[in-house]
Amino acid sequence: MQLQNEQYEFSGKTRTISLALIAVGVICVAVGFLTGDTERTWANLLLNNYYMVLIAFAGVMYCAIQYVAQAGWGTNILRVPQAFMSVVPLAAILLTVVLAVGLGTHQLYHHWADPALSNPESPSYDPLIAGKTSYMNVPLFMLRVVGFMAIWGFFAWKLRQFSLKEDFEGGLRYFKKGIVYSAIFCAIFNFTFPLFAFDVIMSLEPHWFSTMFGWYNLAALWVSGLAAIGLVVTSLKEKGYFTAVNENHIHDIGKFVFAFSIFWAYIFVAQMLLIWYANIPEEVTWFYKRWTETYKFWFWFSFVLNFFAPFMLFMTRDSKRKLKTVKYVCLLVIVAHWFDLYMMVMPGMMGTGRKFGYLELGTFLGYAGLFTFMALTALSKAPLYAKNHPYMEESLHHHI
Amino acid sequence: MHDITNDICKPVEGKPTKAWWIGFIFSFIGLCLWLYSAGYTMTVGIGAWGLNKTVGWAWDITSFVWWVGIGHAGTLISAILLLFRQNWRNSINRSAEAMTLFAVICAITYIITHMGRPWLFYWALPLPNQYGSLWVNFNSALVWDVFAISTYFTVSLLFWYIGLLPDIATVRDRAKGVAKKIYGFFSLGWTGSVRSWVRFEAVCLILAGLATPLVLSVHTVVSMDFATSLVPGWHTTIFPPYFVAGAIFSGFAMVQTLLLVMRKAMKLENYITLYHIELMNIIIMVTGSIVGCAYLTELFIAWYSGVEYEQYAFLNRISGPYWWAYWIMMTCNVISPQLMWFKKLRTNLAFTFFISIVVNIGMWFERFVIIVTSLHRDWLPSSWVMFHPTFYDVGVFVGSIGVFFTLFMVFIKFLPGVAMAEVKMLLKNSSEAAKKRMAAKEGKTYRFSPETGGVVIATTTTAKKGENHE
Repeated sequence: MQLQNEQYEFSGKTRTISLALIAVGVICVAVGFLTGDTERTWANLLLNNYYMVLIAFAGVMYCAIQYVAQAGWGTNILRVPQAFMSVVPLAAILLTVVLAVGLGTHQLYHHWADPALSNPESPSYDPLIAGKTSYMNVPLFMLRVVGFMAIWGFFAWKLRQFSLKEDFEGGLRYFKKGIVYSAIFCAIFNFTFPLFAFDVIMSLEPHWFSTMFGWYNLAALWVSGLAAIGLVVTSLKEKGYFTAVNENHIHDIGKFVFAFSIFWAYIFVAQMLLIWYANIPEEVTWFYKRWTETYKFWFWFSFVLNFFAPFMLFMTRDSKRKLKTVKYVCLLVIVAHWFDLYMMVMPGMMGTGRKFGYLELGTFLGYAGLFTFMALTALSKAPLYAKNHPYMEESLHHHI
Repeated sequence: MHDITNDICKPVEGKPTKAWWIGFIFSFIGLCLWLYSAGYTMTVGIGAWGLNKTVGWAWDITSFVWWVGIGHAGTLISAILLLFRQNWRNSINRSAEAMTLFAVICAITYIITHMGRPWLFYWALPLPNQYGSLWVNFNSALVWDVFAISTYFTVSLLFWYIGLLPDIATVRDRAKGVAKKIYGFFSLGWTGSVRSWVRFEAVCLILAGLATPLVLSVHTVVSMDFATSLVPGWHTTIFPPYFVAGAIFSGFAMVQTLLLVMRKAMKLENYITLYHIELMNIIIMVTGSIVGCAYLTELFIAWYSGVEYEQYAFLNRISGPYWWAYWIMMTCNVISPQLMWFKKLRTNLAFTFFISIVVNIGMWFERFVIIVTSLHRDWLPSSWVMFHPTFYDVGVFVGSIGVFFTLFMVFIKFLPGVAMAEVKMLLKNSSEAAKKRMAAKEGKTYRFSPETGGVVIATTTTAKKGENHE
């Protein structure tokens, strides 16, 4: 097969919808603040921003793993995760702003950031929190979060640059460089991401701890990122792009989403089972909160959506080879992981005052619109195929 | 094609080499040591071991977990790498699967020796009985272990044996006399017809699909033997995936050790190439890093949790009376695999052999550290003690290594140690003829890429990593 390079054009309905979604998000957040629902608005901002950062970096991790594993099959869809990489700067800056303003206005992390908690004279003195202040203090926290994202972001930028330069210059120079950078990225990212997850999400409930939490978030990052890649590829193919992508590629994406939803469930159940079984008061509080009436339904709903739904829908070979099925299951997994994050964030921030309404929906749609807009703009700025990638030919002949 | 058959059948058909005899005799001495130590233990009871009231579980469970872990690489290579289309696995999967079986057998011997009345071993199974409603305790992670490991052993055995069928048939067709009868019996009438091959491949894929969750489940359940408890240092949520990664890590180290010996002793350098060894070193490096990440997470969370018992358990590991075991573990498992980042080192055979042994030592110490250092200083300081192994502790462990190697030596003597049929298939897909076929069809020339096991255009690619296995 001869490769006909394609150029994605980001315009028309998709563009309008994504811009409209951003507007919806902005309006909802504004209404949230104006009506005095500040805590809930902050919770939603944190949740969705974190999710956006996860998916953007999932794109980097996907590319990096394809490079180090020297995987050939997916070369013709490599531009999609590379487009996610260009969302990284905005996602990281937005998260930094949310964290900084949230901390500054005492809306976020006040369960550990309040100086009174570590002051022995104060009536609200908390010895457990006081013991953590050498690590959990505002300057160090911001330094870590910003530092991690900056370092990871550097690799995101480099990897995209290599691939774009390869389009013009060809040869193996950038491919080989890409492998080296990817290997370093994988090592740094996977060692530091658990700390990032401890900081941004686990510290919402600073008394609670679980060694698995970092990997739990990593599993969520990975499977939701794969689903996002799958959604973009299948949607574009439906519109007539990606003619070089055949049902074998779709099948492989489906297999990935299938396998890693099971992996996510494995991590989820292992964490829950061990804490439930041991029933130690320090640990069990987290699940206790999530099993009260306020959250019970949503907790299991999230689990069913994240595990059983993709498990059942992607069980057969045929379903993973159908464009429509893959598209909708990927969309489902993306929504499901929003609920996964909802269960991580809300009980800690909102307690029993849980709400689900226009704000949750609107903020999610707003961020989804923003991500779509950024990612598709980036996608439209480069050819749809990395034509000089040495494994492009293998990808075109992919057959399973 | 015929060369492959000759090369791989030679050790099976010919008289054993001197190297084989030396290896076998040493292993057999080990096996005798095991027979003596385990026999003595079963006769007088586990009082023969150095266990005491505080440390009621030590070398036995350490070695048990070590052996179960070693088995994992075989299943990973045969199942997960099959699903990931890693064709390079073809020349190492046979011996790795055999290793899995032998390692699991060694692990099972610990369960048996540890039972006060080993002849009642079937009481571990939930069998209907005449004692009223007397059932096993389904709440116990140890019972989950019984299910996990017996399922794992069954599936691994099936996978290994079915994979062997075409190769046993090849040996059968070349053999004469009694050998022909025996190999004929075990080849189950394999004819090599298209119909057989279609079914063969379907079954292999199904078994791979079944074995993949098993790789995760077995060590997950083993980790729950500890993690469901309340003991500081045992109860931590990261245990399941961390144990699985550790198992694959140690398993690959053992495969590496065995393959380096086998390729030398059986002259299989053309089949188990430097390229295979390099890739396995990379897997050792990756899984070693995952394990390292888990160690550091545990340390960090122990501090972060603010729970003083957790904090003490880890402080005691690092600087208590067993500090040396902790630091052996850290050096062997965290630092040594990082050296594999250097291409020079990971393609050096002597260095690889050395690291593979180091990792196996480190992984044994990991389990020792987890088990003994967490137990020996428990909640009651008045009962703090040290653990001292007796001759029988050491004997059962060293002896089990003898059991393992004896089984392995017998395997490579009587069965083809490399999957002939699969290697041939690999050759067929990457042969000159196949490339010419594709070239003629599309007016382009392709070459086989050893990096991916796939094809790339010859004209734009000069990349060559490691050695080619064409």
